[in-house]
Amino acid sequence: MGMEIQFWSARQSDAWRTKVGLAEMLKGGVIMDVTNAAQAKIAEEAGAAAVMALERVPADIRAQGGVARMSDPRMIKEIQDAVSIPVMAKCRIGHFMEARILEALGVDFIDESEVLTPADGKYHVFKHDFTVPFVCGCKDLGEALRRIGEGAAMIRTKGEPGTGDVVEAVTHMRAVRDGVARLRVLPVEELMTVAKELGAPFELVYEVAKTGKLPVPNFSAGGIATPADAALMMQLGAESVFVGSGIFKSGDPVRRARAIVGAVVHYNDPKVLAELSEDLGEPMVGIGLSQLGEGDRMAGRGW
Amino acid sequence: MKAGVLALQGDYAAHAKALEVAGAEAFEVRCLSDLSGLDALVLPGGESTVMGLLLQRFGMMEPLRERILSGLPVFGTCAGLILLAKEIEGKDQARLGLLDLRVRRNAYGRQIDSFRTLLSTCVPGAEEIEGVFIRAPCVTAAGRGVEVLASHGGFPVLVRQGWIFAATFHPELVPDAPIHRWFLSSIEAGR
Repeated sequence: MGMEIQFWSARQSDAWRTKVGLAEMLKGGVIMDVTNAAQAKIAEEAGAAAVMALERVPADIRAQGGVARMSDPRMIKEIQDAVSIPVMAKCRIGHFMEARILEALGVDFIDESEVLTPADGKYHVFKHDFTVPFVCGCKDLGEALRRIGEGAAMIRTKGEPGTGDVVEAVTHMRAVRDGVARLRVLPVEELMTVAKELGAPFELVYEVAKTGKLPVPNFSAGGIATPADAALMMQLGAESVFVGSGIFKSGDPVRRARAIVGAVVHYNDPKVLAELSEDLGEPMVGIGLSQLGEGDRMAGRGW
Repeated sequence: MKAGVLALQGDYAAHAKALEVAGAEAFEVRCLSDLSGLDALVLPGGESTVMGLLLQRFGMMEPLRERILSGLPVFGTCAGLILLAKEIEGKDQARLGLLDLRVRRNAYGRQIDSFRTLLSTCVPGAEEIEGVFIRAPCVTAAGRGVEVLASHGGFPVLVRQGWIFAATFHPELVPDAPIHRWFLSSIEAGR
């Protein structure tokens, strides 16, 4: 027989596997955007598995415009002191010095995020060089595999942040899922050309074709505003959800946060979901995707 | 053997896989009725505060404690060990509190301080294993009824008290699941 092709993940360092280990620990949980220590406490008490420390939630970044950057280290430290769950923070796409600063602060995960204004119009951070794990957004399988190739230990589908409209979250999750399903049925001789089309490393394409899944956990983000949205994304194959503006831009953040946490556990039980969805107060107002101009979309950021 | 994995949050998928590698049938436990008919239960890694909170919210804490007290074999890793521990330093979080340990959470630091190391154990067939420590807790005191099967830096990392087994590290993240095999074969032997 021909040569044996080793899986990409089998060649990775112990450090990479330890990073993916933390991503495994976050499965089935909700990662909530918080902008101060008080919100972080609320999130933790509601059952968040981790918090994302940032100065403005995506809905405010949209509303206020301007350049969105890494958060003030003081705010991140206050949040780290306030909670015992993992604390994540965002750096701009390609801004490896913001990433170095976040690593020096001891954040547990860095999100190289399209929610912030990209610092590099062509390249992402080379994430293998860091001790801290990274999560990156994707819209399809090719983008997911490029980010994993650069060293991301977790992938999240992007959705459209700060809208409260789940439609893009669904589109991107289905795109990744369909991409994986397609690889599963292709004969091996087609995989190199497919790797070229996807713009993804061949060995990762090969591994996904053989295993039928990404080598790192895949979470869902961007537009989740209700327990039903969270359950929908879990049904579509998300292993956990990020909720950004959806909680602290709603009428009753405590109730909504608790309900979304419950919905991720019981995503398969519509009766429980009905109870959890009851009387949550006003959801975030939201912006329909169709009201956004092409230039207002964040999901297109990433190369 | 039917082994449940508490699937409220955490790396329950990795445990289910390890249990199957070790020869058990694995089931996710998300509500009270999922507990019936199980021969064993795993409490996975993840966030102990989240699991404790959800066990209480969904009315599972007391029934689960009773099941364990009446002999359901249980294995907790990392957050699962914290859930089982009697005492948590500086924190009074919701937990089962059945295992006679005092535990310090996130004892080694944040994620950048997570590590892997070789561990020597008293477990037959798993004398030397890879220990994966992720934001791991540390056992700072163990009661007299607690058997210590492996230590690291002078602190217990793998323990057993009757039918309660626990590790501060993640045996579910290494291939071949030697510690899961030991858990299951100990149950078989005790029947």
